[in-house]
Amino acid sequence: MSSPSATPTKGKRTRGSNPPTPWSEDALTPPSRRRRTDDASTSDLQPMPTSPVTDMRSPAVQDTSLFSSPAQSRHSAPLNEIDMSSPLTYGTPSSRVEVRQRPDLGSVRKARQVDLHSDHANGPEAPASEHSVGQKLVIWGTDVNVGTCKEKFQRFLQRFIDPSSTDDENAGLDLNEPLYMQKLEEINVVGDPVLNVNCEHLQSFDADLYRQLIAYPQEVIPTFDMAVNELFFERFPDSVIEHQIQVRPYNALKTRNMRNLNPEDIDQLITISGMVIRTSQLIPEMQEAFFRCQVCAFSTRVEVDRGRIAEPAVCRNCNTTHSMALIHNRSIFSDKQMIKLQESPEDMPAGQTPHTTVVYAHNDLVDKVQPGDRVNITGIYRAVPIRLNPRQSNVKSVYKTHIDAIHFRKTHEKRLHGLDEEAEEKLFTEERVRTLRELAAKPDVYERLSSALAPSIYEHEDIKKGILLQLFGGTRKDFSQTGRGGFRAEINILLCGDPGTSKSQLLQYVYNLVPRGQYTSGKGSSAVGLTAYVMKDPETRQLVLQTGALVLSDNGICCIDEFDKMSDSTRSVLHEVMEQQTLSIAKAGIICQLNARTSVLAAANPVESQWNPKKTTIENIQLPHTLLSRFDLIFLMLDPQDEAYDRRLAHHLVSLYYQSEEQLEEEFLDMAMLKDYVAYARSYIEPRLSEEASQALIKAYVDMRKIGSGRGMVSAYPRQLESLIRLAEAHAKVRFSDKVETIDVEEAKRLHREALKQSATDPRTGFVDISILTTGMSATARKRKEELAQALKRLIQSKGKVPTMKYQQLFDDLRAQSDVAITKDMFEEALQALTDEDYLTVTGKTVRLL
Amino acid sequence: MPTVHDWINNPLGIVEDIFAQSNCSPDWETKVLEYFKEKLKDNEAASWVPSLNDVPVHYLKANSLVKFRCFIQDMFDPEFYMGVYETVDPSSKSKVLRSGKYKDVAECGHQVDLNTKNAVTLERQTFYCVPIPGESPWVKESYSCSNPARVVPSTSYAPCRHKRSYEEDEDMETQPHKQKEQLAGPQGTTDIHGSGDPKRLETEAPSSLSNAASGCSSPLDLNFPLPGEKGPACLVKVYEEWELFKVNDILEVYGILSVDPVLSVISEDKDSSLVDPMDCTESVEEQRVHCPPASLVPRLHMLYAHRLQHNNPLLPPAASEASSGFLNDVVSVRGELLGYLTHVLLGDALAAEYLILHLISTVYARRDVLPLGKFTLNLSGCPHNSTYTEQLYRVIQQLIPSSFRLGMSLHNMNNLRLVPRKDYTANRLLSGVLQLAPNTSLFLDETQLEQGQLDSTGVRNITALGNLISWQKVDYDFNYHQMEFPCNINVLIASEGKSLLPFLTPCLPCTPHSPPQCDCHVRLQPQLAPPNLEQYISTIQVSLSPSLLNKFRIYLSLLRTLDYSISEEVTKAVEDDFVEMRKDDPQSISAEDLHRLLVVARLLSLSVGHTTLSRDRWMRAKHLETLRTNRTEQQKCVNGNEP
Repeated sequence: MSSPSATPTKGKRTRGSNPPTPWSEDALTPPSRRRRTDDASTSDLQPMPTSPVTDMRSPAVQDTSLFSSPAQSRHSAPLNEIDMSSPLTYGTPSSRVEVRQRPDLGSVRKARQVDLHSDHANGPEAPASEHSVGQKLVIWGTDVNVGTCKEKFQRFLQRFIDPSSTDDENAGLDLNEPLYMQKLEEINVVGDPVLNVNCEHLQSFDADLYRQLIAYPQEVIPTFDMAVNELFFERFPDSVIEHQIQVRPYNALKTRNMRNLNPEDIDQLITISGMVIRTSQLIPEMQEAFFRCQVCAFSTRVEVDRGRIAEPAVCRNCNTTHSMALIHNRSIFSDKQMIKLQESPEDMPAGQTPHTTVVYAHNDLVDKVQPGDRVNITGIYRAVPIRLNPRQSNVKSVYKTHIDAIHFRKTHEKRLHGLDEEAEEKLFTEERVRTLRELAAKPDVYERLSSALAPSIYEHEDIKKGILLQLFGGTRKDFSQTGRGGFRAEINILLCGDPGTSKSQLLQYVYNLVPRGQYTSGKGSSAVGLTAYVMKDPETRQLVLQTGALVLSDNGICCIDEFDKMSDSTRSVLHEVMEQQTLSIAKAGIICQLNARTSVLAAANPVESQWNPKKTTIENIQLPHTLLSRFDLIFLMLDPQDEAYDRRLAHHLVSLYYQSEEQLEEEFLDMAMLKDYVAYARSYIEPRLSEEASQALIKAYVDMRKIGSGRGMVSAYPRQLESLIRLAEAHAKVRFSDKVETIDVEEAKRLHREALKQSATDPRTGFVDISILTTGMSATARKRKEELAQALKRLIQSKGKVPTMKYQQLFDDLRAQSDVAITKDMFEEALQALTDEDYLTVTGKTVRLL
Repeated sequence: MPTVHDWINNPLGIVEDIFAQSNCSPDWETKVLEYFKEKLKDNEAASWVPSLNDVPVHYLKANSLVKFRCFIQDMFDPEFYMGVYETVDPSSKSKVLRSGKYKDVAECGHQVDLNTKNAVTLERQTFYCVPIPGESPWVKESYSCSNPARVVPSTSYAPCRHKRSYEEDEDMETQPHKQKEQLAGPQGTTDIHGSGDPKRLETEAPSSLSNAASGCSSPLDLNFPLPGEKGPACLVKVYEEWELFKVNDILEVYGILSVDPVLSVISEDKDSSLVDPMDCTESVEEQRVHCPPASLVPRLHMLYAHRLQHNNPLLPPAASEASSGFLNDVVSVRGELLGYLTHVLLGDALAAEYLILHLISTVYARRDVLPLGKFTLNLSGCPHNSTYTEQLYRVIQQLIPSSFRLGMSLHNMNNLRLVPRKDYTANRLLSGVLQLAPNTSLFLDETQLEQGQLDSTGVRNITALGNLISWQKVDYDFNYHQMEFPCNINVLIASEGKSLLPFLTPCLPCTPHSPPQCDCHVRLQPQLAPPNLEQYISTIQVSLSPSLLNKFRIYLSLLRTLDYSISEEVTKAVEDDFVEMRKDDPQSISAEDLHRLLVVARLLSLSVGHTTLSRDRWMRAKHLETLRTNRTEQQKCVNGNEP
């Protein structure tokens, strides 16, 4: 049986000659019959068959409200809200499945068909395919012929193949088989009666059908539903699903920024992106009212039409007037939810506030999205006039607009699949790609880009190059199958140096450049602010996880200023993030591991306010070496203090103050270009190591090890090799090359060496000593400490058998004996070393031998 | 042919006429705009238009042409309205096409037919505008006096009264001229900045509450950026090119005033009929904000608007026009101003010099994240617990068109909302103190600081101030994300010791040679110690002639707008100089110092009306900087504990 709700209502308001028919069988009404029902009515519409015109004669129009339908937009196709019986019902051959109304398509469609051939010449683009002899029935007000439309859509479902699909919705499907047939099978198995259709596919398959879908969604989508259900039950006649399949188109290419919505889009299918800012409580919306006569208990159902219920004035059974009473709990309601969508921050022009749009979600789309979600919404754009006061004829001349949502797609859902989301989000025009490719082909692209980076900051070329490579990042490798987990692809950089050397400015620049940048200051952030915290949501009283800067900058760059001022507990959080790229949280009953694939760009000031060139990096910034070794590159930003540099610097600064904007434009690539370049490279280029490159890397690593081994120290660890690989990959990305070649390795080596030279040079010997960074102390310093301890021991032994000595005396003796200056610290260290050997103890001012 | 009064009193009639004549051809819209533009071209004619700033709404004729000098506080969503609709006269059945543009309500009295093919839906944008925040009393007064278009009612209506701000009340004693007739108003004695409590203001507001425009009696929050502001807020409906306007722009809008009481009816009606599912699109709060009663927040349908470069009534709108004439005596005015400020700063000429430079500074360009031309000044050495800073602020307020004094007391820091925040329930941007128009002076009074603890709001507020000082930007809080709004606010910090602000900003300068984040720190060295500060300052002010005061005002606003360049030759010289200085002692000057030196040189040249840098000016700038740093060093020697 077809649903009881559908049958009586369809015939509710019949017009003229149209007899109340059980319409549920009508989907396959022979054309002749359909024509008969329409002939009488269409004749009076002949002058303007495609527009719903001022149908003043139609009583149906008069009895609905003054403003029953939204006004016409300038160009949009005419609207069709006039109450007519419709051939479009959900009745299908298999009517044991519940038909579910689709409030998302507006109130139940009652479209009327018009025979296009009964008018003479001015029909619009007629449907392409012939339906039957000389007849084209179209839905009134559109150029949609139900039969043709259905046929076309079925053909689309049966034949569409997209071998090059990268769509994550199609994960696990065979790309060489008709895509949507596989999806139907899936529905049969899973039992979720929703078919999502990518409009892009439809467009490439049948542009005309696509156009109709966009222009007349409320007519075409029910037709699609019909087509799908026929097809489905033909193939799976025994399938049991909750209700009939509903088609949900998404990704309408008319994807728009909220700002571009204009009156022309009213009643069309649109896709807009934005962020959910508020969701309302569930609103029960009456779909069908149940009335019972209080005299004779005769009951009747009235379908809601555009938010109104036509209360029957007379009981049809006993002819009593005004005896029908509404019975609430027998009426049918559907779920509805109001969602406020705000423009995403990227879409907003500078200096303006974001726009918001109201979206209504119906039935199972209710509660699909939460505030804070980034979504793409496909739906029908509606405008409803605001009535001031039913008693007044004046009307506020403003429409309320909203979108009836048909499909939600969370934009960050993909992150769960581990795909690089920028690939999909950032679409590049072909022209843009060409310019980018052209730029990439230039031999000096690396230099160009690095000089375009923060042009207001002078020199520091290598630092800029390092940051550039950081922006691109290495290639993400996944060894989780072999149990090693993912390899870090992100490059971490630490800048240290004198205050006022524009470190903060560089950080600010990077933060502004990358789409997912976060900027925090070590002083102002706690461990919690960086990672995540659990808080009670004031509204729902549930515990929710609020993510901090590191998680928010997943796939981006987290800029941390004043790294040295961070508390130890905060810093310890970074250990996990900077190597494993994850964040583990165990608090308030929530235990989880979040992805934090973020690059860290940190800036640290020396402890003594001025960089002390006589000390090592570790001593200067006093950061734990465990953390330092996780940075791929550590740069010093120091005042070079030489004349040529000063002159160039002065020139640079002065020109900053008088050059006009245009001059600057010529000189540097603009920020937008750089942004696009980075985004493109990050999403499309995945360089792999070539054979020669691997050899070069191996050689580089062996060389690095060799340097140290000559002096009895380790000068490179596997971590350094990994850094080299990442840097080389990033450099290949800069060139838009899919292969890492020797030149990339060369540059990686050079940069790595430069950074090391700056940060890991032992001030005492002048050698580069990686152990400064890995163990916090240079090998020579360690050696010297040992030597001193031995010297002290010898001194004590030479004194013969005295059980105790004066502390000061011993110190003086040692100083007198030594040819290098010995500080008190050094002396104490030596004593400590001997104490550890259980050779002596120090109590107060006396040293006692054991 | 419409007469003068027609286009002011009945602009809608003219719109209708043009619409009717055009026979639905779409160019009628441009014709309307051209018509009004033509009319307003004449300065004289523009001044006949009554101003919403001066005249209370209820004295203005509904649907007449008015102007409004305002500040865009928020932008609402665009709305679709009936651009063209058709009415049917039920008796004669004749159909008439009408235009819905520049109207809130489609008044017709007949049936409206929306289904006609001729109907056109159009889009318009709504801006929420408030009077320019922190506008000095003298500006308001001067504008209203220059505007002869007083709608003179028979009631006892004093034209200047309603828009007088609270500060003005305070100011009266220090304002020698024009105050006689105003003295009737009550004199505020307390410091409004200390409280920011609108309730108290309400009770103390001038008794002349006859004007509805001030709206104080209503609980409706008009969302002014600064506490204690008054004046009408307005919903400006923009029909053309709204993309060109930005939040925080200051505009002069000419438009049709719409105060149809019908607009207010809806909001009351809503409560009773919540049955319509369409109604739940807007919460009650949202209703209140987006459709406030028209008597409190009139609607203004924009016909013509221009962005104001400045809000100085003494200058023509395009400041450059005036420059040629005035530049001749720029030097003498500067001399006078220097003398005046020296007196005000208790005889400290160096501080006065820097104050001038600060007052004419403006962010003229941005290089990626770096704002160029900002010149934040920190005047330290202001006596604690005295009214000196307040006096100083009054002097400054008298000189520049818009300013605000923020007492950095612990209470203020912990309680004030400095950064604008989006309120999603009401769907509006809740304003904050830092939402200010370009070139507004923010006077931070650090002498009010006392010991105590900053809570999280306080820390956020201080960070916001730090960001403002270092980057000239304010990160508006949109709850789920922050949005950066560049700004151009001159920050002057008066403190006892060196300002604490830069120390809380992300970049921490702690070496003696790295400059503080406020671009310049001058230690005040009073040469005089007048026994009664208040009296002393007011004597100086009284002795200043109004014409000279006006010259100062023109001077300060005008010099801001001048262009500036450095010649090739001087560039070379500057470079050489820098290299030379570094050679002697690399510690003596850093890149940051050069930055500052270049700004000082630029402002110094501009302050005497020169648009290029000369060698002399460069030397002078260097000299000034040396004097200043020496003084700071000295101070450090005197009391070693200063940071």
